[in-house]
Amino acid sequence: MDWVNAVIQGALLGGLYALFAAGLSLIFGVMRLVNIAHGDLIVMAAYLGLTTSVALGVHPLLALVLVIPMMAAIGYVLQRGILNHTLGDDLLPPLLVTFGLSVIIQNVLLEGYSADPQKMNGGALETASVSVGSLSLGLLPILTFVVAVGVIAGLQWMFYHTALGRSFRAVSDNQDIAQLMGLNKRHIFGLAMALALAVTAIGGIFLGIRTSFDPSIGGGRLIFGFEAVIIGGLGNLWGTLAGGVILGVAQTVGAKIDPGWQILAGHIVFLLILAVRPNGLFPRVSA
Amino acid sequence: MPEPILDIRGLDAHYGDFQALYGLNLTLAPGEVLAIIGSNGAGKTTLLRSISGLMSNGAAQIRYRGTPIGALRADQVASLGIALVPEGRQLFPSLSVEENLLIGGRVKRAGPWSLSKVYELFPILQDRRHQASTSLSGGQQQMVAIGRALMANPDLILFDEISLGLAPIIIRDIYAALPGIVGGGMSAVIVEQDISKALSVSSRVYCLQEGRVSLEGDSATVSRDDISRAYFGIA
Repeated sequence: MDWVNAVIQGALLGGLYALFAAGLSLIFGVMRLVNIAHGDLIVMAAYLGLTTSVALGVHPLLALVLVIPMMAAIGYVLQRGILNHTLGDDLLPPLLVTFGLSVIIQNVLLEGYSADPQKMNGGALETASVSVGSLSLGLLPILTFVVAVGVIAGLQWMFYHTALGRSFRAVSDNQDIAQLMGLNKRHIFGLAMALALAVTAIGGIFLGIRTSFDPSIGGGRLIFGFEAVIIGGLGNLWGTLAGGVILGVAQTVGAKIDPGWQILAGHIVFLLILAVRPNGLFPRVSA
Repeated sequence: MPEPILDIRGLDAHYGDFQALYGLNLTLAPGEVLAIIGSNGAGKTTLLRSISGLMSNGAAQIRYRGTPIGALRADQVASLGIALVPEGRQLFPSLSVEENLLIGGRVKRAGPWSLSKVYELFPILQDRRHQASTSLSGGQQQMVAIGRALMANPDLILFDEISLGLAPIIIRDIYAALPGIVGGGMSAVIVEQDISKALSVSSRVYCLQEGRVSLEGDSATVSRDDISRAYFGIA
């Protein structure tokens, strides 16, 4: 039963990783941008949530009402102000610029909040659990997973059933021709980044309720997000959720074998999948 | 002659150090259909890319209804009512047939063209509307590309080599549809390799050679010898 427990806990943890990864997947899918600062933006969202919930005296989840639009606005301005200028035929400039951005965000957070680990107070939600048979599942991990499924389903629906999603796919297919349809790709990219960071806000707040965080942990979150995206297959949002679950299960099962193996087990499974299926498990069918 | 809908004066276009157009002049009256012919590399596609805003030029070198548009971006030009049917169709592969058409209508200009009008013009597309655009035959894809441009209800439509790579019988069908498209007062510029097709649907013709206009005349009266000279540069 312990092993079943480890697998289920890991699957629920995968929901959090899927929230980290969905934004990365979206940005890469629409504009071929690899955002090295994504992990730091997750941490920034956690700090924004902390400040908001402390200042207003509200539950961190309620703070999402403010943090989501804040992160979306930051995303739009960031894209139009900086990142659009780095996009072109060369993949290197956006990598370098977002790497620099990562350093800047970490240091600004360090200046503002110090290096002390912080945590958001989720109240009763943190310890509440439900019993399923002989298993006891935390309410917070379940909620995280349900929200992740909801976010992925929402993004998927938006991509395939709305005019905005159509614009995203058109720009992703062919930027020049999309411009001919009257789509301003700079604006579309801005909207994609806004949406990605809105999802990042959700991931950041769930992260901050679940564990303590400090300005230096962004890199690790970025890696988990990347691994989930690659395992699932680029450009497939449901695949990203599956990738997050696989990564989460690998980590908890690894930790069950030996607590020191938690992170390593996740990386090993990632490398194995990369070696066997370089395009991930569920790559998008049309190239 | 009424005020031209399109007035190009001294248009230069460059790809890096390579100059593709040299001081090109061209006018188009409202409702007129203009054919542009010329050998490969003469600058035909460059001219359409310049008009549609995919290439940036001197602002005043291209005027549309008197407004300088040479330096505008493609999305700005599109919203003014200029649509391009690009060479090689260039449909969006991750969009279905109907989505390709819908995205063409994104600029939301008022006019006669709608989804149902396009399906009326090309009935086969209605049967295929939920298929991936890449699953269609070349001719059907060309119909989607034309429909996609029409959905914007443009006042000026640019066709770039619409017969390229298509079977003669398909080309005939597509050209048979053209009068129904431009008959409603829409102006058109047709770039075409097939000279007799180009002359049959247009009222005036320009021949380009090495980035310059080598011949301008009425499609009905221009002689084959003149075209040969302008086309190949035989003095």
